[in-house]
Amino acid sequence: MIEETSVLEAVNLGKRYRRTWGLQDCTLTIPKGRVAALVGPNGSGKSTLLRMAAGLSEPSAGTLRVLGRSPSPGTNDLRERVGYLDQDRPLYKSFRVAEMLRFGEMNNPTWSMDVAKNHLARLDIPLRSRVSDLSGGQQAQVALTLCLAKQPELLLLDEPASSLDPVAREDLLRQLMRQVADSESSVVLSTHALSDVAAICDYVVVLAHARVVLSDDTDYIVETHRILSIVGDGDLALPPGITVIHEQRNARGRSLLVRVELPFNDDRWLVDRPTLEEIVLAYLRAGSPRGDGRDVGETENGAR
Amino acid sequence: MAQHPSLTFRLDSQSGLAPYRQLVDQVRLAVRTGLLRDGDQLPSVREVVTQITINPNTVHRAYRELEHQGIAEGRAGLGTFITSRSRVGSNATERASLDQALQDWVADARRTGLDEETIRELIRSALRQDGKVRS
Repeated sequence: MIEETSVLEAVNLGKRYRRTWGLQDCTLTIPKGRVAALVGPNGSGKSTLLRMAAGLSEPSAGTLRVLGRSPSPGTNDLRERVGYLDQDRPLYKSFRVAEMLRFGEMNNPTWSMDVAKNHLARLDIPLRSRVSDLSGGQQAQVALTLCLAKQPELLLLDEPASSLDPVAREDLLRQLMRQVADSESSVVLSTHALSDVAAICDYVVVLAHARVVLSDDTDYIVETHRILSIVGDGDLALPPGITVIHEQRNARGRSLLVRVELPFNDDRWLVDRPTLEEIVLAYLRAGSPRGDGRDVGETENGAR
Repeated sequence: MAQHPSLTFRLDSQSGLAPYRQLVDQVRLAVRTGLLRDGDQLPSVREVVTQITINPNTVHRAYRELEHQGIAEGRAGLGTFITSRSRVGSNATERASLDQALQDWVADARRTGLDEETIRELIRSALRQDGKVRS
């Protein structure tokens, strides 16, 4: 058997909801051992992809393999190896935390009560509290704990830190990174916060309008993009090996975010290094059919 | 963590430098300024992850790069340490002459009427250009 080097592999993957495509023609490979971010506006297909990877919905087109297997509903083998956290963070609000943990233990053969309890102890979340009495940040931590205690090889997290205040968000992501350091699990998470991506993700997939517009190692992305600017209206030709991702013109000149395959040496241009955030935004703007970065507003879970 | 209280990593999401390179630069700076000396241990990946919100793979990658540059070495089962060959950069005389050259340059820039903000921006821009050439 070939050794698995990727945790998620999609080829021409698509998902259709009645009339619209939630995800279309998606081909990508997420390597093992990474913390990968799915970024894109609402309705771009992030949740659709995660739900299919978790085996909660079936592809309408193409193929998807997760940890080398097809994640169709009922594949028990994957259910133990993959942890999925929905963006709604489902918890039984009337349960005490300890009861949630016992529930998790009963339903998961690979459950580690030590992982769960140590995790919550670090966060000062008492096991006797009722879920409904916890703050939003604490509830998010409990939901993540249930996912981590399964000790999955792959964590699929749909907006794990959304709607949390900055401190709770930081705590949650730090706990997640700690778990990655301890267990070497792979993570695929969706997020709107581009600043989180730069800090914790080493792989990024940018989705716009149900399609993948960029998918690569973050360090590689940062190192192969530049902002070129020039004063004046000269329509200066660019040397070969440069792909323009997004261009802005103003009264004084032009500014281009480009992908460079070779070192760029042309002193007529002012060369600058864009941040990961700027690069992702440029791809999102370029991926928009109207070119103005506006979102069509289709919700990704519209068909649920 | 008592062995290396002096080194706390920081990540700047606005720098345009890959996070692992930011860590590498911070260690190099700490060595250059004497904050870290030969034989000092770098914080373990786990400690860094507890200290700041960062991907453990990024820390591994930074440490590998430091090893590659001969600034640090991994000792099996013990951790990563600053090496004795790690004297990065210049000796005292070279340093003094660089210092003098920079002061002269700043004086020239002032004479042409540039304000401090513009001078800072020129230096930042030169550093970015340099980073570009090296990458």
